[in-house]
Amino acid sequence: MCGAFILFLVLVAVFADPLSHLIGWGPTQQDRATGTTADGLPVGPGRIHLLGADQLGRDVLVRLIYGARVSLVVGVSAAIAAVLIGVIIGLCAGFLGPAVDSVLARLMDVVLAFPFLLFAIALVTVVGPSELLEIAVIAFFSWAAVGRIVRGQTLAIREREYVEAARSLGAGNLRIMVVDVLPNLIAPVLVYVTLLIPISIVFEATLSFLGVGIIPPTPSWGNMLDDAQQGGLYQVAWWFLTFPAAALVLTTLAFNLLGDSVRDALDPRTERLFAK
Amino acid sequence: MTALPHGTSPAAAAAAAAADEDDALLTLDDVVKHFPIRRGIVIKSEVGQVRAVDGVSLTVRRGETLGLVGETGCGKSTLARCMTRLYPLTSGRITFDGHDISRLSPRAMRPYRRQMQMIFQDPYGSLNPHRRIGSIIGDPFAIHGVADGPERKRKVQELMELVGLNPEHFNRFPSDFSGGQRQRIGVARALALRPKLIVCDEPVSALDVSIQAQIINLLQTLQSELGLTYVFIAHDLSVVEHVSDRVAVMYLGKVVEIAERAALYSTPRHPYTAALLSAASVADPDRAAVRQRIVLHGDVPSPIDPPSGCRFHPRCPKAQEICGRVQPDLVPVLADPPKHVTACHFPMADGEKLGPAPAEPADAHPPGIGMR
Amino acid sequence: MPLLEVRDLTVSFHTSDGLVQAVRGVSFDVEKGHTLGVVGESGSGKTVCTQTLLGLTPGADVSGQALFDGRDLLRMSPAELQRVRGARIAAIFQDPLSSLHPLYTVGWQIVEMIRAHRHIARSAARARAIELLDMVGIPQAASRVDDYPHQFSGGMRQRAMIAMALALDPDLIIADEPTTALDATVQAQVIELMTKLQTEFDTALIIITHDMGVIAETADEVMVMYAGKAVEKADRRTLFYFPHHPYTKGLLESIPGSTAAGERLRPIPGQPPSLISIPTGCAFHPRCQYVMDRCISEVPPLFDIAGGHTSACFLPTQILGLGEDVDRERASAAAAGRAENGAAARLAARATEEIETAGVHLPDAGVLAGAGMSDRSRGPRTSQNSPDDAGTQP
Repeated sequence: MCGAFILFLVLVAVFADPLSHLIGWGPTQQDRATGTTADGLPVGPGRIHLLGADQLGRDVLVRLIYGARVSLVVGVSAAIAAVLIGVIIGLCAGFLGPAVDSVLARLMDVVLAFPFLLFAIALVTVVGPSELLEIAVIAFFSWAAVGRIVRGQTLAIREREYVEAARSLGAGNLRIMVVDVLPNLIAPVLVYVTLLIPISIVFEATLSFLGVGIIPPTPSWGNMLDDAQQGGLYQVAWWFLTFPAAALVLTTLAFNLLGDSVRDALDPRTERLFAK
Repeated sequence: MTALPHGTSPAAAAAAAAADEDDALLTLDDVVKHFPIRRGIVIKSEVGQVRAVDGVSLTVRRGETLGLVGETGCGKSTLARCMTRLYPLTSGRITFDGHDISRLSPRAMRPYRRQMQMIFQDPYGSLNPHRRIGSIIGDPFAIHGVADGPERKRKVQELMELVGLNPEHFNRFPSDFSGGQRQRIGVARALALRPKLIVCDEPVSALDVSIQAQIINLLQTLQSELGLTYVFIAHDLSVVEHVSDRVAVMYLGKVVEIAERAALYSTPRHPYTAALLSAASVADPDRAAVRQRIVLHGDVPSPIDPPSGCRFHPRCPKAQEICGRVQPDLVPVLADPPKHVTACHFPMADGEKLGPAPAEPADAHPPGIGMR
Repeated sequence: MPLLEVRDLTVSFHTSDGLVQAVRGVSFDVEKGHTLGVVGESGSGKTVCTQTLLGLTPGADVSGQALFDGRDLLRMSPAELQRVRGARIAAIFQDPLSSLHPLYTVGWQIVEMIRAHRHIARSAARARAIELLDMVGIPQAASRVDDYPHQFSGGMRQRAMIAMALALDPDLIIADEPTTALDATVQAQVIELMTKLQTEFDTALIIITHDMGVIAETADEVMVMYAGKAVEKADRRTLFYFPHHPYTKGLLESIPGSTAAGERLRPIPGQPPSLISIPTGCAFHPRCQYVMDRCISEVPPLFDIAGGHTSACFLPTQILGLGEDVDRERASAAAAGRAENGAAARLAARATEEIETAGVHLPDAGVLAGAGMSDRSRGPRTSQNSPDDAGTQP
C-alpha cells in the first residue's frame, strides 16, 4: 500500500511535464480569465481547475505535481547525504578508538545542540535561498542523528568475536570497517533512511513555508501552504490549504509505514530471507 | 604504558631451562597485561587495574600441544590474546620463532599473523552472519593478498574439504550451518595460510559432546598431518588431558604449575591443581562415588586486588604464614624433573591427600568481577 | 503413586520456518525423593519438556498428560499453575544472572517469593531468607542478603537460586543445566549442595543437562532424549555400564575421559537433526552405524529390556554395554537387518567411515603448503570422497 503510494508519487514527479500538458496548465501559469472570480477570489475545484486555483489563478493540481518533484528531490537527496556523512563519521567514531571517538562524538553533540530554524534562516539570509543550499542545510542537521546510531552499533559490533578473528588474521582497520562492520549496519541504516526521508520532506516544507526554501514562483508544498495562509485566504479557499497539507501528511505517513515494513523485513529472525 | 626493563626472572630461567632452546616456537617471558579501570564523568581517571595476566613465563615447543587450564577470570583468554598480540602487552617479552614480537606495530605484526592463528570459542560469534562462508574462509588470502579469483576459490574449497565440509556449500551463510560445522569453518579459516602455531581458545566448549569429539579428532589429525603447534585453552580438564602433551594451570593471572600431561594428572604438586582435578566431573557412576573431592571454599578473589604472596593462599588447605607474604617461584619441587615446575611453598607429596580447606575466612575479597 | 507422572507429552511450535516438533510423545515418572536425570544434546527437546510442565511455553501446541500429585498440570488454569509453581514445584535455571532481577536485592526477591505464597510478616520472611542463604553456604548471609545480584559471583548466584527454590519447601525441583555456566570447582560445590539438601528435604529432583558427568553424580534414573523423544531410560548404573541404544553408547564414547589420552575419540558422526524436518523412522538412523532397513521406515517404540530399562531401538535387547566385543555383536545383528547395498547399508558404511576418518580427507600434498608460494602448476585434485558426504550436510 504505502509502497504503491510512494511509487505513484515518484511517477507523478518524473512525468510532471507531460502531466501538466495533459491537464493544460503550467506550474506558474496564471489563469487570469477563469482562475479567479470577478471579485478576485480563486475559483474552487471544478471542471476548469480540478483541485481549484490559487490567488493568482494558478492550477493547484499542477502545482502539487511539481511540488512533489521538489519534495522528493530535496527530501531524498538530503536524506542520502545525511546518511553518507552520518555513516562515515559514526563508523570512524565507533571504530577508531577513544581518541577519535571523543572528538567526533562531541562534534555530533554540538550539531544536535544547534537551533535548526534560527541557523537555517540566518544562513539563507546571508547566502540567499537555493535548492542546493536547502539540501545542504537539511543534511547538515540530520547526519548527527544517523551518526549516533551508527556509532552505537559500531561500538557493539567492534566487540564481536568475528572482528577479533579478522584482526588475528592481520586485517587492518579499513578492511574490518568495510568488510565486517558495514554490512551489519545496512539494516538499521536502511530503516533510518526511510524515516529520514519524510523528516527531510517536512523540513523542506517548513523552510519553504518560512520563505527561506524554494524560491517562488517555483511551487513546493511548503510555499503553497505559505500562500494559503497569507492574508487568511484559506478561510474562503480551503482547497489550496487542504490539498498540499494532505499531500504532505500522506507522503510522510507512507514513508513511515515503509520504514516499519523495512524494519520487519530486516528483523534478525528473518535475516536469512534478506540474505538470499 | 611503558616498556619496563625486565631482567630474566628466576621463573623464566627455570622455564627456559626446561625447554630445549632450539625447540621453542613461542616463548613468553614475564608477560603482564593489566587493564586500567577508569571512572569519572568528564575527566576519566584511572582508579585501578585489572591484573588479568600478571607475570607469565612459558614456552611452547614446536609440534606440541600445550594445554592451558583455569577457571573463569584466571586470565587464560587474555593470555591467548597476548600471545597472538591482539592485545598490547603491559610488559614482558614474547619471542616467536626467534623474533621478539612483543612490541611490534600492527603493520609489523602482519607477516607473523600468517604464522599464528586463533580458533575462537563461539562458533556463532566468530563468523560474520552477513558474509558467505566462502568469503569468510577466503579472508586470510584476501588480507595477505595471496590468491585471487578462481585460485582463491579453489583453495577455499580445498580447505573446506580438508575440514570435512562440503565444498559445494561455498556460497552459503553461517546461519545455514550447525554449531559443529561452524567451528569447522573457523578451523578452515585458521588453516588457510598454513600457520605454524594455532591458539585455540575454548574451541569445543560451546559444542555438544558428540560434536566436540568430532572437532577434537579433526584438530588432532590436522596436527599430525600438517605439523601444527597448538596452544589449547579450555576449562574442561578431560578435554585438555585428551589433547595436550604438556599442561599449564593458571590461577588469578599466574601460572601455578606446568608439567607433562601424565605427570600433572597423576601427581599434581600445587594444591590448586589437585583441587581442580578432584572437582572435575567423571562420567562414571562408580568412580564418581569413590573419588575424594576437595571442595574449595569461597570464590576466586578479584584480579583487581589479588591476595598477597601466593594468590591461592586464602583458599588453600595447606596455607601457612609464609604463603601470605612470599610469592613462590615456578620451579621444580620435591624430586621433580626440570620440566615439571610448580609455584608452591608446600607442594603435595606423591599420594598426599588434601585435608578439608580451612573454615570460610572472613569475606576479605569482593567476588571476582566479570572478565573474559 | 509417583509424584509426577508424565504421559505422552507432545509439544510443538508454529514458526515462520515451519512446525517445530520439540517434544514428540515423552512419558516418564518421578518418585518422591528421587532424582531423574534428563540428558540430551541441544535441540533434543529436554528443556522444552520441563518448561511445558511449568507452563512456560506460551504459544505451543501441547498434548498429553502430566499428573502432579494426581492433578494434571497441563490442564490447570494460569492462576492454579501460579500457585503450584514456586510453592510445590520450584525451578533452577542455567543462567542465574538472568533469572535474578538485577534491580532488586537478593533478599528482597526471596522475601517477595515467600510472601507471594505464604501470609507471613515481612520480618519473618526476611529471617527465613537469611536462614536459607546461610544454609546454601553464602558467607555472612545476614549482610549479603541486602546485596544486589551483580555483587554475587556466579557460584553464589546459583546458590541464591537454590535458596529461593527451597524457600517454600517444594515437593519437586526442576534444575535446567544448573551447573553449565559454572567452573569445575564451583560446579562441584553446587552439586554437593544440591544432593545434600535433596536428601535432607526429601525433595524430588529433575536435573536436565548435557553433561554425563553431572548425571553420573546425581541421578537415580536417567532418561536420554534425542530429537524430541526418549530413546533410553534406565537407572544410573545400567545406563552407564549397560547402554542399549546406539545413541547412548555414542554419547558415552564421545566423552574425552572414555578414551585413553592421545587416542582418537569416537564421536557420533553427522549433525543432530533440525526439529522441523525430523528423519523418518528412528530419528537417529542417519547417524547410526547399526542402521537397519526397518529403522528408516518404522518408528521404534520403547522396548522393555529388563526391570525398568527401556530402549527405543530395533537391535536385539540382549546386546548391551560398551566395548569392542559388544560392538561386533551389534554390527553383525545390524548386518542381518540390512539388504545388500540397500539405503541402510549405505548409511551404515558412511557413518562407520566418518567415525574412522573424522571427516578429514587430506587432499593432495602441497595443496595447503602453497598458501604463500606461487606454485600454480599443481595437478588436479584427486581426493576421492563422495560429494554428498552425509555428515557435512547442513
